Amino acid sequence: MKRRLSVMVLLLLPSLTSAADFGVDATHYDGPAWSPYIVGAGIGVLSWLTFYFSDKPIGASSFYATVAGFIGRLVARRHTESLSYFQSNPPSVNWGFVFVICTILGGFIAAWTGDEIRNEWLHPMWVDRFGDSIALRGIVGFIGGVLMAFGSRLAGGCTSGHGISGTLQLNSGSWLTVIFMFIGGIATAMLLYTAL
Amino acid sequence: MFDEPVKLVLGLVTGILFGVLLQKGQVAKFQVLMGQFLLKDFTVVKIMAMAIAVGTVGVHALVSMGLAEFHIQTASLARVIVGGVLFGTGLSIFGLCPGTSVAACGEGRRDAMIGVLGMFVGAGVYVAAFEALQPMIKAMADYGKVTLPQLTSTSPWLWVGALVALIAIALAIVERLHPKRLNTKL
Repeated sequence: MKRRLSVMVLLLLPSLTSAADFGVDATHYDGPAWSPYIVGAGIGVLSWLTFYFSDKPIGASSFYATVAGFIGRLVARRHTESLSYFQSNPPSVNWGFVFVICTILGGFIAAWTGDEIRNEWLHPMWVDRFGDSIALRGIVGFIGGVLMAFGSRLAGGCTSGHGISGTLQLNSGSWLTVIFMFIGGIATAMLLYTAL
Repeated sequence: MFDEPVKLVLGLVTGILFGVLLQKGQVAKFQVLMGQFLLKDFTVVKIMAMAIAVGTVGVHALVSMGLAEFHIQTASLARVIVGGVLFGTGLSIFGLCPGTSVAACGEGRRDAMIGVLGMFVGAGVYVAAFEALQPMIKAMADYGKVTLPQLTSTSPWLWVGALVALIAIALAIVERLHPKRLNTKL
């Protein structure tokens, strides 16, 4: 048993030493990109700050229900306010709302400084597979958005809410959710881009 | 209708930082996210794993010092399984997730803006159907708001230590197999 353990350690050692080069990899990437390890660590530290200062885990998906609530109030105020979801989560200009709105701003600042503003509809990978119809990309993107937001509200979080904030709290439900998110995502991606 | 200004300013600062990190990490890009789900580009997993490893140590330290509180979601199987699979399916159809799509809007991506509109609709449908969905949700088991240390009656620090070690090993292997990302220059 002891010998097997030491063999395992020896096998893992080379990979562990390459873990030490993490920072160096920043130079691997062209242009304005940052190393994923620096970005990941930054998001980790950001989650300390949101827990400490705002008593909130980082998350994006509740924003979409909040905006749906704002729109619902404009269209059918009484019906919207009678919905039980909004009675426990009333739509308001809250921390989460400002957080996501400012993510747009942050994305803009980063893209601007990196000369990566792209006012475009299509991506080469999409065009290779589905052609250059903007309408098709728009319709498919819209449908995907509907499904994803419904799923994330049902699951109670998204890639950030469950995938990062929930898992780092060691929440059992979040770990399960992330597994199922990746199962759904990988199966669909393979079907759309590699099948046939 | 409005939270206190202090909370909103904190949301503003952290939101901007989050957007900058997502865009600079290249995860506001369709090809990087799809590359992950096609298992060709591991940028998303590298960022998520690193964020979890760094985040879990600090947040557990804050909680054990009484400076923060956990926000645990319930482990309802219907929500976790159906919601998780629907989310993943929608993500791969659209090509971006709820956080990265808003960062992509900041990049000017038109298709991301349409996807965001779709997400307002999807979230609205869920809210409207919330009552009607309850029988389905309640028909399946719900393990409640339980963390992995609680589930196993062990110390959270044991889990934190093991998780950080596991992520270090997993990232070392991933980095060896997939050192570069796909070309994101357009």
